[in-house]
Amino acid sequence: MSEALSFYFFGSIALLGGVNLLFCKNPVHGALFLVCSFLAIAGLFLGLNSGLLAAIQVMVYAGAIMVLFLFVILLLNLEVEPHQWMSPARVASALVAITTIGLVLQPFLFAPKPAVEAEPSLVVPPTAPNVAEVLFRQYALPFEVVSLLLLVSMVGAIHLARRPQRTEGV
Amino acid sequence: MVELNHYLILSALLFGLGLIGFVVRRNSLIMFMSIELMLNAANLTFVACARHHVGAEGSVLALLVIAVAAAEVAVGLAILLALFRLKKTVNADEARELRA
Amino acid sequence: MNEPLWLTALKALGALGITLSMVPIMVLAERRVSAWIQYRIGPNRVGFAGSMQPLADLVKMLFKEEVRPRGVGSFLFTAAPAITAISAMVMTAVIPFGGTLVLGEHRIPLVVANVDIGILLVLAAGSIGVYGLTLGGWASNSKYSLLGGLRSSAQMISYELTLGLSLLGVLLVTASSHDFGTFNLHEIVVRQAEVGLTGWLIFKAPVAFVLFTISAFAETNRLPFDLPEAEPELVGGYHTEYSSLRFGLFFLGEYAAMFVASCVIVALFLGGWHLPFVTERAEVGVVGALQQLLVYFGKVGAFVFFFIHVRWTLPRFRYDQLMDLGWKLALPLALVNLLVTGGLVAFGIL
Repeated sequence: MSEALSFYFFGSIALLGGVNLLFCKNPVHGALFLVCSFLAIAGLFLGLNSGLLAAIQVMVYAGAIMVLFLFVILLLNLEVEPHQWMSPARVASALVAITTIGLVLQPFLFAPKPAVEAEPSLVVPPTAPNVAEVLFRQYALPFEVVSLLLLVSMVGAIHLARRPQRTEGV
Repeated sequence: MVELNHYLILSALLFGLGLIGFVVRRNSLIMFMSIELMLNAANLTFVACARHHVGAEGSVLALLVIAVAAAEVAVGLAILLALFRLKKTVNADEARELRA
Repeated sequence: MNEPLWLTALKALGALGITLSMVPIMVLAERRVSAWIQYRIGPNRVGFAGSMQPLADLVKMLFKEEVRPRGVGSFLFTAAPAITAISAMVMTAVIPFGGTLVLGEHRIPLVVANVDIGILLVLAAGSIGVYGLTLGGWASNSKYSLLGGLRSSAQMISYELTLGLSLLGVLLVTASSHDFGTFNLHEIVVRQAEVGLTGWLIFKAPVAFVLFTISAFAETNRLPFDLPEAEPELVGGYHTEYSSLRFGLFFLGEYAAMFVASCVIVALFLGGWHLPFVTERAEVGVVGALQQLLVYFGKVGAFVFFFIHVRWTLPRFRYDQLMDLGWKLALPLALVNLLVTGGLVAFGIL
């Protein structure tokens, strides 16, 4: 019962955050709505017994990624966008996106309900030791690849964000 | 006990919001945030499936997605900064030097 | 969590009460200690030796006019101080104030939420606290506030990395004597005490202790890292435009964060509620629990004194020095420390 309650509570917050992000005028407000959405998703993770991922979600998404976004938005000091009507091409692309999502949702919404919902057997709960066991044994190679990716992106970000420097004597 | 289907529907809706935001908005910061929303929707699917199937693989995949998202944000924001320095705008339609 | 809800609620109230009553004590201590360091007398008129001074300050703050600058969005302006204060108080949920209290057949760990992800929760709540400062700076619609908010977000992101990496070293050491490490602060304290004084992590992971303490100073915006509110440059930084109780909430959040940071450091590195050279049982009665609480708060008080002493001893960093220290010294050092600790643990030396 409590899981259902938290699911609908956090689920609606996450959706509201997403909708507001779609319609926001000011990027700062958009970032904050997205933070609400991320926190709600962390709450959903808690409802799924995955406290570890919930904590990491808050730390990395809400605490690091979105702070970085906010920092850049404040640094650029953007004006609020003037209202403008969408071009036909954008309306068409929005329609295509909505149709795609409708097609994805359709089997879930209208499929006949299975008579007996298979009861999930929680043999391996997602605690830190269990996740670590799988991550560092079975998925050691993807883990290493991701670490390399992080290194590369760090170097790339520093290179991109540096002011172009004049060479000496020119 | 919430059915797996409910989680999948929720995450599809979130993904859809991100997708629409990405194609409709022209402010590249907001487009970028929409991508983050889509990644999170995918994560929600992974974790929900991890609970409903035996094993911790779903959580592991979600962790990897978070790491990739962090890397992506670092580079993406650096590109946005460079774009802003060049054009004094973050509107994605303004950056079309390469268009014929 | 198979303890009744009312017990958890009671413990939560207790932890909150402790934090809220520590803040005025710390404010008074700060003023008296700073006076002592600067060879002045300090507030000594209200109550016995100035002991009622925080109360007088509170009354003053209550009756001040609330000023809100023109062109300020109201919601974020109001929410920002609350975010700072709340995020600091959420952290008290996982602070282990004592061992396990045995009352009849009940075994009650003296921590509000004895959860697996304890220390991660502290980091998560701490990273939410940044929003209070940044948004307060942005919503004030003033250049000094905006600069303060920008500085705080940059500083927090930079030092969170060192905080997390030095913490990883600590967690590795806690794993060395068991199958798995643990994020649970209560469990970390218990593991430290298993081998007596030499098990305290300040001796087993001294580099991590120094790095963690430096990062904690930066995360709580205490001098020498108080650039977000540097008075000589930015008037008051992110809280320039705040007055009355809204300012009071920022103030409260700052001191509560300092208290919690001291608590976490004591639990992680200084053996928590254990006395050196005394082997204690893990489970105690009422008297034992009170004694453990006293020991814990004695240690926390000593660390708070250290916080205050540093503030009135060191000058403020320049901004580039702050960034250089974070990225070019502390971060590489934390990485090397992690590598060396990992090696030592792997070869069974630690």
